[in-house]
Formats: sequence, C-alpha cells, structure tokens
Amino acid sequence: MTARQPARVVGKAAGRLATMGPGFGYLTVFLLVPLALVLSYTVFRRGRFGGVVYEPTGENFTRLADPLYLDVVIGSVRLAAITTLLALLLGYPTAYMIARLPARWKVVALVAVVLPFWTNFLIRTYAWIVLLNSEGPVNSGLKALGLGTVDLLYTDGAIVAGLLYAYLPLMILPLYSAVERLDPQLREASANLGARPARTFWSVTLPLSLPGVLTGCVFVFVPSLGNFVIPELLGGGRRIMVGNLIRDQFLKARDWPFGSVLALAVIAVLVLLLFAQAWAARRAGRGA
Amino acid sequence: MTRRVPLVVASAFLASALTACGGGAATDSAGAPATLDAKADLSKQSLTISIWDGYSPKDLPQRVKAKLGFDTKVASHDTNETIVAKLTAGGDSGIDVAFVSGQYAQALNAQGLLEPIHRELVPNLKNLYPEASQLDYDKGNVFSVPYTWGTTGLCYRSDLVKTPPTSWNDLLSPAPELKKKITMMTTERWLALPALKLLGASVNTTDQATLDKAKELLLKVKPDLLAYDDTTFGDRLKSGEAVMVEAWDGWCPTSEKNVEFAVPKEGSDLWADTMVILKSSANKEAAHAFVNYILDPEVHGWVPANILYRIPNKAAMDKVDPALLKSYPALAEPPSELLKGESLIDLGEASTAYTRLSTEVSAAQ
Amino acid sequence: MRRHGWLRLPFWLTYLFLYAPIVMLVVMSFNRNKSPYSWGGFSLDWYGRLAGNASIRTGLLNTLIVALGSTALSTVLGTLLAVGLARHTRSRLLDALSTLPAILPDLVIAIGLLAFYSAIKLTLGLHSVLIAHTVFGMAFVAAVVRARLGGMDTSLEEASRDLGATPLTTFVKVTLPTLAPGILAGALLAFTLSLDEFVIAFFTAAPSEPTLPIVIYSMVRFGVTPEINALATLLLAVSFTVVIVAQRLTRLTEALR
Repeated sequence: MTARQPARVVGKAAGRLATMGPGFGYLTVFLLVPLALVLSYTVFRRGRFGGVVYEPTGENFTRLADPLYLDVVIGSVRLAAITTLLALLLGYPTAYMIARLPARWKVVALVAVVLPFWTNFLIRTYAWIVLLNSEGPVNSGLKALGLGTVDLLYTDGAIVAGLLYAYLPLMILPLYSAVERLDPQLREASANLGARPARTFWSVTLPLSLPGVLTGCVFVFVPSLGNFVIPELLGGGRRIMVGNLIRDQFLKARDWPFGSVLALAVIAVLVLLLFAQAWAARRAGRGA
Repeated sequence: MTRRVPLVVASAFLASALTACGGGAATDSAGAPATLDAKADLSKQSLTISIWDGYSPKDLPQRVKAKLGFDTKVASHDTNETIVAKLTAGGDSGIDVAFVSGQYAQALNAQGLLEPIHRELVPNLKNLYPEASQLDYDKGNVFSVPYTWGTTGLCYRSDLVKTPPTSWNDLLSPAPELKKKITMMTTERWLALPALKLLGASVNTTDQATLDKAKELLLKVKPDLLAYDDTTFGDRLKSGEAVMVEAWDGWCPTSEKNVEFAVPKEGSDLWADTMVILKSSANKEAAHAFVNYILDPEVHGWVPANILYRIPNKAAMDKVDPALLKSYPALAEPPSELLKGESLIDLGEASTAYTRLSTEVSAAQ
Repeated sequence: MRRHGWLRLPFWLTYLFLYAPIVMLVVMSFNRNKSPYSWGGFSLDWYGRLAGNASIRTGLLNTLIVALGSTALSTVLGTLLAVGLARHTRSRLLDALSTLPAILPDLVIAIGLLAFYSAIKLTLGLHSVLIAHTVFGMAFVAAVVRARLGGMDTSLEEASRDLGATPLTTFVKVTLPTLAPGILAGALLAFTLSLDEFVIAFFTAAPSEPTLPIVIYSMVRFGVTPEINALATLLLAVSFTVVIVAQRLTRLTEALR
C-alpha cells in the first residue's frame, strides 16, 4: 500500500468510480437534486395549484417570523425536547443494565427492545389511542380504583407518549453501544481511588458515553420534530407540530415555497444539533 | 472545502435544468375534449377509481365486470385533500375516475385536469333530479356527476344531551356538561362553517373581517373540544366518548339507538360528492360507462339502502324501500329541502384565507 | 448486578412501556367484540375478515414488491459505496453524504422527491416509492457494511493482489465473502425499514397503488377496526420468526467464515 506504482494510480481511480460512482450518482439525482429543488423553492412565489411561479420573493421567509408559525416551531421543539429527555432518562439506565447483563441475556434484551419496532409504526400509534381513550384500559383502571377518569388522549402528554414509544429504541441502541465499549477497568480504577459510584458515574462513565448520548438524542429529537402522524392521531388535531405544517403546505394549502421554508428550518435545527454532537464528541475524545 | 464546490454547482445546475422543463403545468394539459368512440370495445379497457373507504359496495369490481365487461380497481383515499394533492402532483396519477366533493371538482377543473362529461355516453343522467344540475360548483354537470349530496349539522346522543341542539351556538358555546365531549371538523371549509353560519355570513364568504370574527368564535370553543375530527366522529358518538359532533348527515350513525341529527336554525351548507373523469385517463369510454352504470337506479340505490346517504338520483330514490324512508325520514326529504343549504364552491385564490384561518385555529394553544 | 438495584426500575419500566400496548393489541385481536373496550369472548373472526380484506392484500403485495426491489438495489449500491468509502477515499464530505439520508427527517426526503417527481412529471407508481426507499436503504446498508469493513483484516486483499489477481477478482473472491454477514444484516435492515415506511410512501405513491402502511393509515383514520389488531399480531409473529431466522443465518455465516 505504501509504494505507489503508476498502474495502481489508474486502477485506483477506476476502483473509486466503480465502487462509489453508482451510489453517489443515485444520491445526487434522488437526494441532492430534490433537496436543491426544495431549497430553490424558498425564494419563489407559490403557484395557484401547488408548485411554484418563478418570481423571486422574500416573503416566504418573513412569514416564518410570523408569531403564528414561530409558535408552532417553538412548540414542536419543546415537545421533541421533552420526548428526548424522557427517552434519555428511561434509555440510559436501560442501556446500562443491558450492557451489564450476561452475554446470552444481552441478545434477548436487545432484540426485545427492537421487536416492537417491527410491527407497523401506525399500528403502534393506534394502540396508544385505545390505551389512552376515555373508555380505554388506563381510564377503566382509574375508574375501578375510584379515581375517576382523566383526559389522557388528545393532550400534549399523549403526543409525547406516542413519540417516545416510536423512538425510544433509537435512544437505547446507540447508548448501549457507547456504554458497552467502556472499559470496566476505568470504573474499577475510579472505585479503587475511593470515588463513590455516583461520582464514578458523573466523572467517568457519563463523559465517556457522551457521544452515544448525543447520537441517541439526535436520533430521537429529529424524527420527533418532523412527525405529523402522531400529533394528528394522538393529539386529536388540537396541537399541530412543524411536521403537520409542512405536510399541510404541500398537501392542503398547496403552498410549496412556504413548506420548503419550514423544511429548511427543520434542517437548520438538525445541522445545529449535528455540530453540537461533533463538538461534544471531539471534547470527549480529547478528555479520554 | 474546494471539493465541495463542484458538487454544489452540479446539483444547482441539475436542479435548474429540471425545473425549467417543469414550468407552466397549469395550462398545458388543458385542451379540447377527447373524441370518444361510443362503440369502443370496453373489454379492452380497465378502470382505476379512487373513492372513500366504504362509500361503495365491496363487490363493485365484480358487478362492473359482469355488467360492462372490464376490470375495475378500487383505490381508497381518506380525504379530498389527499386525493386532490395526488391528482395535481403532475404526471399521470393512474386514476380514471375520482370521487371528490363539488368544490374540489371545481378546483380540479380550473386546472384543466378534468375531461368534460360526454353526455351522450351517460344516458342515465336523465335519472337525476333537475335540481342536481343546478349546483353552484358545476351548473349543468359539465365536468362532474353528483354521487351523493347532503348537508352539515349536529349529530348527537339524545340520551346524553339535556336539550337537543337547535343552533350552531350549542356547539360553539357548549353547555358545561358537553365540555370535552364535542368535536368539530378539521377540513377548512367545514371548520369555519358553524361560526360563519352563526354570524349570519355565507359559507363562501371571502370577507376578511367576517373570517376574523369566525376565528374568534373558533378559538373560544377550542379548549372545550375533545378533538378535531372528520373521520371517526361516528365511532366516538357510539362509544359515548363524544356526545355531540359536527357531522355530515350521511356520516351521522342515525341507525344506532339514541343517535339523532339536526340542522341548526341558522342554516347550513349543501355539499355534493361527485364523480369526475380525469383528462389523463386512457380509458375514457370505460370511465363514462362506469359513471352511467352508477347512475342506474338499481346500482345507485345501494347508497341510501346501505350507508344512509341521500343521492341526487330521482329514479333510484323512487325505488327505495318505503320502510327505510319511514325509519329515516331525513332520507325522504325532497331536494327542495336540501337546496335551502348553501352550495359550497371553490374560492380560488381566496381559499388561502381559509387555510390561514384553519392553521391559526389549530396552532393556537 | 446487585449494585445497580435502583437501575432496575427504569429498566423494567422501559420494557413495560414497550410491551403493554403490544400485549393489548394481541389480546384484542382475539376479542369477539368490535369495540376494543370490552371483552366479548375468544374469536378468530378478525383473522378471517383480514384474509378477506382486498385492500390489505393489495397493500401487502405492493409493500413486498417495493421492499424487495429497493432492498436489492440498496444492497448492491450500498455495499459498493461502503467498499469505496473505506478503501478509496478519505473525504469526510463524501462520508457525510453517504449518511445524509439516514439522518434527514423522512418528511424532508418526502417533499424533496414529491417536488422532484412533479418537476420531471414522473408518473407515480410503485417505482416512485421503490426509488425513494432505495435512497435511505442504501445509506443504511452502507453504514452496516462499513462497520464490518472497519474490523476487517486487509492483508487478505493485499495478498490476493500481490498474487496477481485483478481488483475485480479480489473484490468478488475475497472482499465480498468476508463482508457477507454485514451485507446480509444491511439488507435485512433496509428491508424492514422499507416494510414499515409510511411518510415517504405517502408522498410518493400513486393513489391507485398504496403500500400497506398507507392502507393502515386510512383504516386507522377511519376509526377502530379490530382487523388492525389481527394484522398487528400477524406482523409481530412474522417479525419474530424473521429475527430468529436472521439470528441463525448470521451465526451460520459466521461459522462458515
């Protein structure tokens, strides 16, 4: 590999083209061009029946600053953040426990995390409609205990539960691989030096698993932010998220330019998160 | 960094090249109506229709095959908006006949997407009530044929509400015991309807001040709603999860005990669900034969007998079992009664005001 | 183990949370009553109804066509991509590009393709969904195969080249067989993701050719249908079988290595 012979250089270029050419060609046509298209739509006027009219305008962006839409974006970020936090609180201890299980049970526990993922996503959401319904099992239980019924369905809580249910595995898996990789000797060393378990956790385990934490957070946060089915089915249409707004711009209002601007806002949040993740990963790498 | 530049340039170039050839979609598909062959061999054609789930007999394809000799594929759509978005997305949608509400048919026609109805191929048009060709969205049934019609009102549980509703105000300012037990529809025009009617305005108004007032009413009632719903309100009423809902007459499950339907005294709309034939269809003869077949009294009669919707087909209504009409008097109402409602029409550019209204209402917390 | 006693609570809570709805769906699929809120005795009626539901059958068939097609395409493109990225470049930009479809929200990919198809006036159909699913399927295959490549010993490939094999022979005879478990895992992942994918299909499918998730969506939108519970139970049973078979297959290929 070190000595480059001229024939190999040609071979390398051919190898590069043969391996990566088809894949990147495909991604260019069916991902980059569509994204560029959406990006270009942001500066044009809407067509009467969808599509765009090629007259430049800046009004799509000024509309985003409208408190009406800004509130939807902020509200969605809030719900997605709460979901992510809950996923982390449930997912971290779970991943930690799985990593400490004997090898045989590890596989079982991991498969059990992923298995619900293999039924249809909509059916899983539907299950929550039944569970949280005012006539459903949870409320029947409460009633039987003499606690009366509570409005569970069609609340922000129901949306968060649905999002959490849909994306929790995406938190647990990266956390698991981060925790699993940790060298147990590090913790032992910390304990031998007299650190309490809590201190060992905060100053050794957590910082070292931080990249996994951030990956999990991105995996949960991003799809939560863009989801439109769960707010619709579990929120009863009383709360809309930015995903609903985008969907509606394309399928109902037929205002593609404004829908594109909203999509761009979601991408911007995503890019910010990825930078934060890369930054934290670098820091964690340096600290180790 | 330097390697990024060619990539960006390339994709920007490709994007602009592609968009350049996609412009002007609205006009180029409009053209003269197709010349249709009345004696075409229908068995060589096949049909794909798109309709709401449960809105036609399950064995419709078999019946059409037996009667007309061609294969029919039934696709379902959940809302007008979904199917219209697909039909307008450019390219051939693969749909020959679509079932959409009147104002959506009007919008599709404005985009030049619909084939005019060739009347000579649909002799059964004579079965329709004369009133059915006088609906504002398409006077004379030029590009659409009505399949069902009706109005919007309040569907409620007579055993669970204290006093039967008589006004839209009963929905918009609900009695304390109704709070969190009522639903309203989410589709823009029907979301605004109760408020507009209560204000004494037209359901087709484009006056911004009126719409603003309607918005206030809708925002005020939002905390008291169980949900916004245009698909499952019937189930909610049956389970008792809701006790009063804004509903289309045909979707109000009056076949259940204690479920009643009332049109508020301020008045309501007259909606029609129609059949339209797509200009992109390669099976226009079969499509016309299908529409004609549906208008056959025996066939069309399935609708009132099975899903309790009113149909604009006089010949079919005359054959409906009198016992059924006795149990569901609303079915027996003459068309003149329905015509008291205001026909919903497409508002063109002004429809964005309704989109905004509905976004504002659903975004408010 | 005992030291982490307090961790057991969230651990079991997680599994309770994940499985309570599933258990309920399975139990309700055997409920004679139409309403999911009361038990009317054991019955297999809903399974019979499910078998007779034509739109579910169409949806299932369409979904299988799309999933198989896009998996095949994704596996070829993704495997090649992974080899190229690992062996032929150090570009971080290309690296990022290959993972982009996996990171982007599905809704963004969906509207991008809707706009794109509309601009080139492509007739929608199963092919338009297949193309769309390959976009993210490829990214996942590439990621899984690369993980396998990372742990792979390059000396075999070098030996093959030094013995005079052409790059193509080396690739087919040495690289591919070593990668087989990774490729299989990647293909399975792409297949499952495609089976369950709703948002992109919702935007790119022709109205006349819905995939199963789209059919389920319209059923769910129209309220409580116990057939859905039966469907969920069947899907779960199939998934479970596939997981076990996959597990065995992976072990088998590992053993053959």
